[in-house]
Amino acid sequence: MSGGTTKDGTAGGTPGNGAASTNLDAAPVTPEVVQAHGLTEDEYDEIRRLLGREPSLTELGVFSVMWSEHCSYKSSRRHLKHFPTQGARVIHGPGENAGVMDIGDGLAVVFKIESHNHPSFIEPYQGAATGVGGILRDVFTMGARPIASLNSLRFGDVRHPKTPYLVNGVVGGIGGYGNCIGVPTVGGDIYFDECYDANILVNAFTLGLVERDRIFTGKASGAGNPVVYVGSKTGRDGVHGATMASESFSEGSEQRRPTVQVGDPFTEKLLLEACLELMKTDAIVGIQDMGAAGLTSSAVEMAGRGGSGVELELSHVPLREQGMTPYEILLSESQERMLLVARPESVEQLQAIFQRWDLDAVVVGRVIDEPVFRVLSEGREVAAIPVAALTDAAPTYDRPAARPARQDEVQRLDEAALPQPENMNRVLEQLLESPNIASREWVYRQYDHYVRSNTVVAPGGDAAVVRIKGTSRGLALTVDCNGRFCYLDPHLGGMAAVAEAARNLACVGATPLGLTDCLNFGNPEKEEVMWQFSQAILGMREACLALDIPVVSGNVSFYNETEGVSIHPTPTVAMVGLLEDVERIARPWFKEEGDLVVLLGSNRGELGGSEYLKVVHDRVAGRPPAMDLTLERGVQRTCRAAVEAGLLSSAHDVSEGGLAVALAEACFGDPGIGAVIDVEPEGRPDVLLFGESQSRIVVSLKKQDYARLQELASTENTSCEVIGRVGGTRLVIGNMVRARVDHLKNLWSTALERCVK
Amino acid sequence: MRWGVAVFPGSCDDDDVLHCLRNVLGQDVRTLWHKDPFPGGCDGVVLPGGFSYGDYLRAGAMARFSPVMQGIVDFAGSGGLVLGICNGFQILCESGLLPGALTRNASLRFVCRRVYLRVEDNRSPFTRLAEPGELLEMPVKHGEGRYYANPATLKQLDDNGQVLLRYADAAGEVSEEANPNGSADGIAGICNRARNVFGLMPHPEDATEAVLGGESGLKIFSSMVDEIRRGSGS
Repeated sequence: MSGGTTKDGTAGGTPGNGAASTNLDAAPVTPEVVQAHGLTEDEYDEIRRLLGREPSLTELGVFSVMWSEHCSYKSSRRHLKHFPTQGARVIHGPGENAGVMDIGDGLAVVFKIESHNHPSFIEPYQGAATGVGGILRDVFTMGARPIASLNSLRFGDVRHPKTPYLVNGVVGGIGGYGNCIGVPTVGGDIYFDECYDANILVNAFTLGLVERDRIFTGKASGAGNPVVYVGSKTGRDGVHGATMASESFSEGSEQRRPTVQVGDPFTEKLLLEACLELMKTDAIVGIQDMGAAGLTSSAVEMAGRGGSGVELELSHVPLREQGMTPYEILLSESQERMLLVARPESVEQLQAIFQRWDLDAVVVGRVIDEPVFRVLSEGREVAAIPVAALTDAAPTYDRPAARPARQDEVQRLDEAALPQPENMNRVLEQLLESPNIASREWVYRQYDHYVRSNTVVAPGGDAAVVRIKGTSRGLALTVDCNGRFCYLDPHLGGMAAVAEAARNLACVGATPLGLTDCLNFGNPEKEEVMWQFSQAILGMREACLALDIPVVSGNVSFYNETEGVSIHPTPTVAMVGLLEDVERIARPWFKEEGDLVVLLGSNRGELGGSEYLKVVHDRVAGRPPAMDLTLERGVQRTCRAAVEAGLLSSAHDVSEGGLAVALAEACFGDPGIGAVIDVEPEGRPDVLLFGESQSRIVVSLKKQDYARLQELASTENTSCEVIGRVGGTRLVIGNMVRARVDHLKNLWSTALERCVK
Repeated sequence: MRWGVAVFPGSCDDDDVLHCLRNVLGQDVRTLWHKDPFPGGCDGVVLPGGFSYGDYLRAGAMARFSPVMQGIVDFAGSGGLVLGICNGFQILCESGLLPGALTRNASLRFVCRRVYLRVEDNRSPFTRLAEPGELLEMPVKHGEGRYYANPATLKQLDDNGQVLLRYADAAGEVSEEANPNGSADGIAGICNRARNVFGLMPHPEDATEAVLGGESGLKIFSSMVDEIRRGSGS
């Protein structure tokens, strides 16, 4: 899956007729058929103009998937241009199957995040599993060995009757696929909000490692070179795109098949090993996985990148079912398949490798000079379309965007009018038990996070850390987005997503390399959604520029709405950082009795968009915390320098739940340890304790090291203040909070399981 | 001294074992491809974790029929040291080299976490460098790790000192809370009667370097190295 927009997974519109027996190629292309393919009248006219004739039904199917939001980025393309994509370490930015960045020592990392939202709502286990399978292929198709995965999940309210079922299915599916293929799931995030009740988000990320001079791309070049199909056989799964319900097509012989593909991690494991073995040779010139839009998009995109054409003979394609039409073969989204362009003399060597792994490897076509996508079936031409008509000529839209009138209303928050809770201990308990703050262990315990024996910091920290074997270095990984902030102010929310991810990396001591994004939004045909989309991107851009972080890959998922109600805009950011010395890192947990507790950054008394407002006052309102990118940069640089200098016993980002929750979490190490914090509210205690001001990190360190930390902070113009001391068995915050750590930890560690099991 | 690490389609932890033996312990290691006959010339064999043949039938059930496994069974029969980790343990049970079976975790969920293991018996080539009662810490990660055997077999295992490792808490107590999968009698690893075949669900290869959180998995591999060295007189 190289591209992506729409309700991911199944690309574009394909009519709901698998009707195997009839000759679909001969069926007439009526206006209803065009509409059923999700193409507008104007788009159809353009197709006729590009071809100089009427398309056949098969050709119409090809256009519909290639011009779908998913493959063409038609609504998002002009906005995505705002992302900074350059950087000294960028080897391949957006446009390839995944982003590639240089990490020195002759090595590069390959990473990308992608959505599988809609399939996961329909069939949570398989939807999530195939999401993991798809992103893994995007990474190993470039020659990289996948070494770490993350996932970012959004579910509806935990009290919604469907939520536990969806959570169990999705978590099971991610584990079922990832565990079986032997790639550790080292981190992720998971949040619950009623805006996702009928539209969950499942975003999967994988990172791979490759030698710098062994990177492969999805390019078809060299006329006459054979095109080889490898992996699973092709079935009808995915042909009945979820989007389609054309009445003219659904009558009669309609055979209902699941629109969600079924994953087979075992076959993918074989495919992974066989491909990596093949890539040690010089047998191939290009390779691409078959994701959304299957054989069609992989062949067309490879031809597009190579400036060539491709001719396919469908009768050679290994089929799982009998009687499949060219239309179905071209549009099938069966999993665990790849398309290769080989050197003619290497086909035998290639086939021997795949045979060793018991996989099909069949020559199904060849590269041609003429820049045309030509498809034959038993020698009969069933499609012939100029490649450029499917790629460069795909329409793009400048969809209207407008700030919704209600935005002022949702940003209004009269703090003085909020009733003030009497017992801050009780509020802290409530927050620690919120499914958005409680320990995620119930989730990540179901994922293998140790396989490949590289995991230095397992899930549960601010960022995961994996070592790079054969070097002293490590990689830090995190995924973040506060959808509530983005709803209240998409520009600020976009900035915050990037800033928080970078801050999480700083907490472990890593320098950000780059990011990949998964932009989950509602219907782009609505002005309000396009406004959210464009604003979020501009916010992200601003933070990327300020923090010097390029965007190297990404994915857009639109149409995340149900019954006209959109999800909160959720531009998920997955960020990768580099550690020069993987043994010199910080973890979130207080360690030593007597250590000083220090706050980097400052408490600014902002309640807007906080988890506290939601949990205690049932409000999603206000302006999200302000973002001062200069301060953010200073805080991050200070923390990173302090970790590198070995000054810190712990470092933990302040996020959902504010300062009080961050302090409590810092007490929850193994074994837990208390702290006495000496802060006084200038105004309301709830604002100080639970407000979610940005750019704050709680660190702990030995008293004698504090002067050095101060020096580092002053170099960065960053405030750095002792707020307390580690020790005891209680968390005490001024005269506001006083609670036993074991009691708090017990609430926090069991809450999520109680909600969703 | 020479080691063989079996590689089945779907093996996942083979690289981890290779890394541990080769790079951490400096051993001479070769992979044993499932389609090839067992080559001989090995002093020790490891069956690594993973999902051999996809584990679609029953964990470890297919691997026993592979050509390499036939040879490994003979190797074990002649006294060769065989270590089965996780899926390797399941394969050893399916092959009849170890008694009992590994069934779905009591939670019915995959479980990945660090556990403590109490060394129950050090009179084996796999635990000889450990003290009885010593605690080892390493991860488990499996969906089917619940050891089951009938009461008579469990008694025999105990009587013969074949239970080498049990799940315990940080204080060394075997308890239900410390048992990650509902295994009978908290059993984490057993050897055969002849004490040359050992299967365990936890992953010692993932606990052999301080940077990864601990080195107590080395006890198992170093014990084997020590045994082989003594046996070969080198």
